[in-house]
Amino acid sequence: MTTTNDQKPIGYGRMLRKEDPRFLRGRGRYTDDVQLPGMLHLAILRSPFAHARIVSVDTSAAEALPGVKAVVTGAKLAELGLAWMPTLSNDVQAVLATDKVRFQGQEVAFVVAEDRYQARDALELIDVEYDVLDPVIDVRKALAPDAPLIRDDLQGKTNNHVFDWETGDADETERVFASADVVVQQDIVYPRVHPAPMETCGAVADFDPVEGRLKLWSTTQAPHAHRTLYAIVAGLPEHKIQVISPDLGGGFGNKVPIYPGYVCAIVGSIVTGKPVKWMEDRSENLVSTGFARDYIMRGEIAATRDGRILAIRTNVLADHGAFNGTAAPVKYPAGFFGVFTGSYDLQAAYCKMTAVYTNKAPGGVAYACSFRITEAVYLVERIVDCLADELGMDPAELRLKNFIRPEQFPYTTKTGWVYDSGDYEPTMRLAMDLAGYGELRREQAEKRARGELMGIGIAFFTEAVGAGPRKDMDILGLGMADGCELRVHPTGKAVVRLSVQTQGQGHETTFAQIVAEELGIPPDDIDVLHGDTDNTPFGLGTYGSRSTPVSGAAAALVARKVRDKAQLIASAMLEVTVADLEWIKGSFQVKGDPGRAVTIQEIAMRAHGAGDLPDGLEGALEAQICYNPSNLTYPHGAYICVVDIDPGTAEVKVRRFIAVDDCGTRINPMIIEGQVHGGLTDGVGMALMEMIAFDEDGNCLGASLMDYLIPTALEVPDWETGFTVTPSPHHPIGAKGVGESATVGSPPAIVNAVMDALKPYGVRHADMPLTPSRVWEAMRGRSTPPI
Amino acid sequence: MQVPAPFEYERATSVDQAIGLLERLGGSARLVAGGHSLLPMMKLRLANFEYLIDINDLHAELGYIRFEGAEVRIGALTRHRELLESDELAAVFPIFRDAERVIADPIVRNRGTLGGSLCQADPSEDLSAVCTTLDASCVIRGPGGAQRVVSMEQFHVGPYETAVAENEILTEIRFPFKPDLCGSAYAKVERRAGDWAVVSAGSAVWIGGDGTIVDARVGLAAVGPNTTGIPEISAALRGREPSEELYETAGAIAAHSCEPVTDQRGSADYKRHLANELTRRTLRRAVERTRG
Repeated sequence: MTTTNDQKPIGYGRMLRKEDPRFLRGRGRYTDDVQLPGMLHLAILRSPFAHARIVSVDTSAAEALPGVKAVVTGAKLAELGLAWMPTLSNDVQAVLATDKVRFQGQEVAFVVAEDRYQARDALELIDVEYDVLDPVIDVRKALAPDAPLIRDDLQGKTNNHVFDWETGDADETERVFASADVVVQQDIVYPRVHPAPMETCGAVADFDPVEGRLKLWSTTQAPHAHRTLYAIVAGLPEHKIQVISPDLGGGFGNKVPIYPGYVCAIVGSIVTGKPVKWMEDRSENLVSTGFARDYIMRGEIAATRDGRILAIRTNVLADHGAFNGTAAPVKYPAGFFGVFTGSYDLQAAYCKMTAVYTNKAPGGVAYACSFRITEAVYLVERIVDCLADELGMDPAELRLKNFIRPEQFPYTTKTGWVYDSGDYEPTMRLAMDLAGYGELRREQAEKRARGELMGIGIAFFTEAVGAGPRKDMDILGLGMADGCELRVHPTGKAVVRLSVQTQGQGHETTFAQIVAEELGIPPDDIDVLHGDTDNTPFGLGTYGSRSTPVSGAAAALVARKVRDKAQLIASAMLEVTVADLEWIKGSFQVKGDPGRAVTIQEIAMRAHGAGDLPDGLEGALEAQICYNPSNLTYPHGAYICVVDIDPGTAEVKVRRFIAVDDCGTRINPMIIEGQVHGGLTDGVGMALMEMIAFDEDGNCLGASLMDYLIPTALEVPDWETGFTVTPSPHHPIGAKGVGESATVGSPPAIVNAVMDALKPYGVRHADMPLTPSRVWEAMRGRSTPPI
Repeated sequence: MQVPAPFEYERATSVDQAIGLLERLGGSARLVAGGHSLLPMMKLRLANFEYLIDINDLHAELGYIRFEGAEVRIGALTRHRELLESDELAAVFPIFRDAERVIADPIVRNRGTLGGSLCQADPSEDLSAVCTTLDASCVIRGPGGAQRVVSMEQFHVGPYETAVAENEILTEIRFPFKPDLCGSAYAKVERRAGDWAVVSAGSAVWIGGDGTIVDARVGLAAVGPNTTGIPEISAALRGREPSEELYETAGAIAAHSCEPVTDQRGSADYKRHLANELTRRTLRRAVERTRG
């Protein structure tokens, strides 16, 4: 459907994005666009080895290069007490290596010079002597008794173990499995992938030594959280730090952590007394910043012979790289992986996870995964298909038979998650109708008879997004609530200030529409400010699809607060009691007398104008709020993928993809569809081509976009989308998050479709990415895990 | 942004002037045409040259597709896009259009050149396979107007290595016409549009008046140190009538005469299989094309 601005909604509905004109005209302002007088440039020297002891670092030649202002090593940072910093998971990570390098691409030293070329040239002149050590690359060998010890920096550490974690009831699950008719087990790998945002990470640090103020432009999805952490780490007073996240060229979780480069830029500015810019290049982004996934999973599912799913059990080996930098609430070391029970009404479930260190880049960030839900949904939707194969049942029928029923909501899963609302069967049926499911199965049967390979894959997901209730969820002690401030100007225009940060999601439009819906002010009259800690209220930022579930709620509630005040003013203006007033979007009118009304704009002028206000009421028309969600929101969706495989070359072509999403109340359907299209494209990438691989020495094999493939328009079909609406009962406007739904839901749909196509070859499972070679190997019964 | 090491830059005004610069600067200089392989390597500092000699201003002199007597002559600076869009070329050698459709993307095709592709000597490069298939010869010019012509086998001496000396320029690539009915085709398997080939194959057949194959050539990319021409296939096909059995024979020869290695693009076994599969497919298509 085309969207024009001819009839802009005052509230929810399709409208073009307010931020797009500046992006389309090349007038976006990104971190790398920041130019300051006297600004210097920083470049980082990185380790060529995955695991090596640093014997010596000689910076004299680099320091002598014209234009070089500073060369800083780990040893120098150690003198300042800044060589190590905390990660988002209460581990520590080296800012610059002092003792050892622990992954290829790790930061070893940095140069600050007058321009970027000089800085880069100077790196070539730093002489580092390494004593190369055996690396730990194969995650399955990380806990072997003879495995090299990676984290000898940690007191008393004798192995590469990070944590063990479990959820669910092991004994009860074992009991159900022991008595089940059918048990299916499958090893499933979700390989390491990278968010690869178009804009890489970077920062401009400007430290004013006189005022003691630090101004930091940086690529961050969470400016407020970063500011607090800088205050804690660097010992700078928080009120003297301003973090500005300007326009971001994509984030996908890549811009949640604090990277050493940001800290280096700050140190560089403090050391030189000048503004310092650091922008990493593409290879640096791919080899050193937060990866995603890297879960080696064993899934087991127990069912009755007639297809009643009883229990799911899984054992996971998680590769966390050299430092545990996972971005997840503190009490959730495996993120929200606990939702591996999926959309099904089970009797029991259990997960046991072990996380280990390896000599690979740290992270384990989101990448559009809603805190590990991507892995969880992939596991359950793959294993359910394996069960369907075992039972000889249609995978759609098996899912329909086992869905949590609408009357069971709110539904507490066997791992303790309380699904707020859901009505799964209509969503599934709609997807099947849009796909023409029965007709597709007939076509497939005909093609199979002719030796053609066509597959139909289904995935049904439930996500848990919108972290989260602060009693349960915090990151490094910061509760996951978000503030919002709304100010209506005298002429009835407004500004709303958010703590979350758009990376392309369209916040400037969506949040204006939320306020518009509540106040009746046109979205074009509402400015949305975000990304500057000096000008916005505190909150934890945008990731895990939390903006609409948390800040969206805050925006609606702050607007209602303003409306309540407007009603008091209107009662004075119309000389009636508050109870006699009726809100007709955009104005208060006297009940039963439509001729007597005042608009929100008139009320705004009165709030700021001359004349008395009701007793006890202050002037102005504004409010602020901090929203603490009482629960997560649980969007769901049904995805159907149709693939054709060339039997001769094993190339997979995604012919059709039908995505029906239910994210509750839909604020701007065009933006939702855009988010879904992007996520589905992401899913094609992960299912068919993306993987960060390493050779046995720990060299990253995905260090450029020539080696790390991301999909193009030519690999994706015309997306077919649909929707159902099951509002969230606890969210003020009934909305749920949707930003990551498609990334979560599409990989299993695509893989299930490929496995369905390969049924004639007796293939039940092959691991992503399903490149032609891997599909061909699977057809020959030789599917081996990619890592 | 990745930034290269310092280098000096000069725009050539003629082929002979460029050769003069090369003569003077030796191995520290490199010609840049489309630059889509060279510049990324320089930005990654995998290649560091003190001087770049930009020959893009020589397009009027070196950018052409000419039909002269028994040859098609293509200037080394002819852009991918010009090869793609030439209906005359597609009429005689449709393999060019097949290949150009799967080379990189429009941005690269606007700048990249035939000569640059061959001089890069990447074992996965598509136009090298096309030239091998069509039995092309390469015209190399040196100081003092000296000119020599070498075959594709002679031109590529190893991965990323050619017969062009430090003071020489590849100026033209020549493709022989034969009197017989000719058909040609190209096929490539890639992990994603614009990627280098997992394996690709080009085939050309020349059919005589009696319907038998007078000559046939197959060129493979990404299965050995250079794009590979396979004389055994030509020998097996000459004098025979086209048939599915014959294509299978050719495919089997292709599979066992190549030397693929396992890498991120695929396993050696898979690549061997593709050498077979794509040889059969392109031969079949090439023969179909002789029949209009």
